[in-house]
Amino acid sequence: MSKRDLRFTKSHEWLKMKGNDALIGLTDYAQGELGDIVFVELPAAGTHVAAGDVLTTVESVKSVSEIYAPVAGDVVDANAALEDSPDLVNSDPYGEGWIVKLKVDDASAVDGLMTADEYEEHTKG
Amino acid sequence: MSGAAERQKTVVEPTIFELSSPGRRGYRFPPLDVPPIDPVEVFGENQVRSVEPDFPELTEPEVVRHFTRLAEMNHHVDRGFYPLGSCTMKYNPKVNEDVAQLPGFTRLHPEADATDSQGALALMHDLAKHLAAISGMDQVSLQPPAGASGELTGMLIVRAYHTDKGNPRSKVIVPDSAHGTNPASLTLAGYEAVEIKSDSSGRVDVDELRRIVDSETAAIMITNPNTLGVFESRISEIIEIVHGVGGLVYMDGANLNALMGIVRPGDIGFDLMHFNLHKTFSSPHGGGGPGSGPVGVTNRLADYLPYPVIARDEARSRGIEYYLDYERPKSIGKVHGVYGNFLVMVKAYSYILTLGPAGLRRAAENALLNANYLQHKLEGHYELPYKDYCQHEFVLSASRQKEHGVKALDVAKRLLDFGVHAPTVYFPLIVSEALMIEPTESESKRSLDHFISVMIDIARESEFTPEVVKGAPSRTPVGRLDEVRASKDLDVSWRRG
Repeated sequence: MSKRDLRFTKSHEWLKMKGNDALIGLTDYAQGELGDIVFVELPAAGTHVAAGDVLTTVESVKSVSEIYAPVAGDVVDANAALEDSPDLVNSDPYGEGWIVKLKVDDASAVDGLMTADEYEEHTKG
Repeated sequence: MSGAAERQKTVVEPTIFELSSPGRRGYRFPPLDVPPIDPVEVFGENQVRSVEPDFPELTEPEVVRHFTRLAEMNHHVDRGFYPLGSCTMKYNPKVNEDVAQLPGFTRLHPEADATDSQGALALMHDLAKHLAAISGMDQVSLQPPAGASGELTGMLIVRAYHTDKGNPRSKVIVPDSAHGTNPASLTLAGYEAVEIKSDSSGRVDVDELRRIVDSETAAIMITNPNTLGVFESRISEIIEIVHGVGGLVYMDGANLNALMGIVRPGDIGFDLMHFNLHKTFSSPHGGGGPGSGPVGVTNRLADYLPYPVIARDEARSRGIEYYLDYERPKSIGKVHGVYGNFLVMVKAYSYILTLGPAGLRRAAENALLNANYLQHKLEGHYELPYKDYCQHEFVLSASRQKEHGVKALDVAKRLLDFGVHAPTVYFPLIVSEALMIEPTESESKRSLDHFISVMIDIARESEFTPEVVKGAPSRTPVGRLDEVRASKDLDVSWRRG
């Protein structure tokens, strides 16, 4: 998947729109900082989150970190494969390592997120 | 020699069961010269096992060598430097062990009547008094068996106090540099954690604190000096703000080693705190023995302390001088079986008496001096995010090394190759690639200088031969462990194949 299709947050989540649904995961930079991921908590479908709410938590060998909702919406699905293989977040952060699927309340909110170039600039700072 | 080849020299020690060979013995007993007794007759059939236990069979030297080899594979403070930040891995003087081994202590049954345990009760009463004198608290309970247990006890006391006043309140404030046990303890006590950010000097943001306190603030938990090794210099203001809304101020005593004999938390205005006897008062720590986390409170919280309280009655109206006082209607109840970890208390008591007031102060001063010496010498080689003089510990960042692909974890692993225990890494969370170093007062200048030269060598390796650091350790009995499997799939049992 091309990073050009993705939008990013300052707190290191990525988001990819498909119709009204958004796939959300942790960026390559973030997984590198966290180190080996050993556990991903999967949120229950049906939960509504506001932008900036804690969506779920991931645990690495170093620490426990929170993943925030980039935009508001309903959780429609979570990546069950992470239950047995949380390391997918490390090995394929933008693909098989996706974490949550969100039905976005207002798709225009996505425009406010960072582009790949802006995010790259952000991680350099 | 490459790391792998070097390691092959070391044979991983088999379990004692694998070393077993049928019929080997350490000792053989002489034939019985009294009539044999049938255990089934004495104890009943259901109390006697039908199959003999499958113990390993070895000679005495085989057993001794096996355990000696295992001990040699281990790192401990008797073997080498142990700068594990926030853990105060100070040397445990052997005289404390001698005292704790006295048969009057070791053979005392925990349920022995107070009449038969006056000496032990006197020791506990006296230790509590010493801890109160060191901290400026009025009363101390020795019951909590660990630091986090002390925190929970403290938070239950906070809850009991506010409940008594009509409203338990709902929130407890913790700085973002706090030990993770703080939010865990207050949550267990039924409170909600409110995190407060640190300012650019690594201290509690006092203006932010002023904004977030209200009538629901039950307490603030403060570690002082904090986990960055920085003294909260605006502590009086912090205490005033929290007291201003009727809240209590709890001190996490994990870092008391920096203050001992110099500053008394009670004098600054703290209402309650815990001590870590296994840190500050030199009883073994980290698998070396059980912990002990006494809680001290000021008089207004004394009614809520766990029972039984060790009380003294000089008039001996009960016939004994020291007794266990259960008549504490407002007490939060027991927090541990019996009275806590008694032999740990004996070691701490021995330590306090050995050093005396002047000695305790010098220990703290030397801990500060040692930490500042290391910080100063290493500052040019590693990033130092908070540049003040430090207290008993300081936090470096491996951010410069990271430019060469070497992380804090790699530096920590490489230290093992030089016979130094790894410092605490990735904590506190507000420093990226954190290396938290606490030398304690136990180390001589020679030992500190050795550590400095090793750290400088590793910084150089990180720049010129980063693969050596990233592949470390190569001189330890085992190389880098699979931490993912250790977290997800921990299995420490062994079964005969």
